[in-house]
Amino acid sequence: MTEAIELRGLRREYGERAALAGVDLSLRRGESLLVLGPNGAGKTTLLRVLATLLRPSGGKASVLGAALPGEAWKVRGRIGLLGHDALLYRDLSGRENLRFHARLHGIGGDDAEARIDELLGAAGMARRADDRVAELSAGMRQRIAVCRCVLHEPELLLLDEPDSNLDAEGRELAQGLIGPAPGRSRVLVSHDPERFRAESDQVLRLGIGEAAGAAAA
Amino acid sequence: MTPTRVAFSALLGKDLRTELRTLQSLPAMALFAVTTFVIFRFGLDRTALSGSLAAGVLWVTLLFAAILGINRLFVAEREEGGFDAVRLAPIDRTAVFAAKAAALLVYLVALELITVPIFAIFFLDSAAALPPLALALLLADLGLAATGTLISSMAVNSRARDLLTPLVLLPLAVPLSIATTGAIEPLLGVGGPTYERFGTWLAVLGLYDLIFLLVGYAVFDFLLED
Repeated sequence: MTEAIELRGLRREYGERAALAGVDLSLRRGESLLVLGPNGAGKTTLLRVLATLLRPSGGKASVLGAALPGEAWKVRGRIGLLGHDALLYRDLSGRENLRFHARLHGIGGDDAEARIDELLGAAGMARRADDRVAELSAGMRQRIAVCRCVLHEPELLLLDEPDSNLDAEGRELAQGLIGPAPGRSRVLVSHDPERFRAESDQVLRLGIGEAAGAAAA
Repeated sequence: MTPTRVAFSALLGKDLRTELRTLQSLPAMALFAVTTFVIFRFGLDRTALSGSLAAGVLWVTLLFAAILGINRLFVAEREEGGFDAVRLAPIDRTAVFAAKAAALLVYLVALELITVPIFAIFFLDSAAALPPLALALLLADLGLAATGTLISSMAVNSRARDLLTPLVLLPLAVPLSIATTGAIEPLLGVGGPTYERFGTWLAVLGLYDLIFLLVGYAVFDFLLED
């Protein structure tokens, strides 16, 4: 089985400060990695590097078989990112946002509409899908963001506190969309060590300015 | 990889739909330009302008009004991190540059459709200059759209965005301004439009457009990196 993520001594610095001071891990396809650590330990930075949104400062990184940053273009479109921000346009409706992202990912016409309807239904957002995102509550925005994240059926999910702002029903519905699935790899960032441990194959503990390596969950 | 024309139309459609819904840029640009014409009319105490003065008043007003729109060009992308999702899509980054420049071009053309007739009413004796004027302004708009998109993409992440855009853009717009006023000055002469060196200035405008479109094509991908 090929590796979904392979990191060797990955570093990322912001000026003098090291956000990631050498991360080693090897995650196989279909596995889930739980990333833990205090505030400022570099959890979000790690996700952004894996998402190709930040360039590594040093070390080696390979995502879905593509070496970063040189081959980043090969993995764009195969990654789903659920970050702190919903990554939605506030002045468009949830449905319009999903339609826009579907087109960017080359999904068009009836296929896109069917997929969007399916996701909105699964997230419990069908009734409010045509409201502007700015008019939605934070939890509802997160549900739409979950739909955006999985719209193009990515091979790798990068999930930064995916439960943020979700109520119990929202967490359950989101779990159906971003939970473990055959062939889909996941990296989960959480402040709660127990929340995702049962569904994780490996755990990576990041410390502030420390090297880190993943271990079995 | 998503076809570039699909990505281009998705991005441009999103921008135009958002502007139609929120009216955040164009009304402010038009209001600024009309107010400036009123100030010039009373400040200069003239009911008619011609030649280089008319060309200068028209172009400087349009350029400063354009800065309002350029400042806001990437704001929607910054809010809620929407641009990260675009950066994650399997698209040629050139499509983003082209779509943003096209959106800005639409705003500039719409601005001129509203404000140039008002300028003519305020300051011109006849409308004979308007057709060739439209051609010169269209070429100027294309260059301004290319330059403005580049500068706006760099400035959007800065807290000093409102200051940075004019400070960087205006020096780059000097050649554009020389060529534009050079082209439109003889069109706004006292005795009606003449076409002295009109073709030469249009060629200069075309060259400026080409250079900055190529620069945008070449560097925009790097501007989107962290």
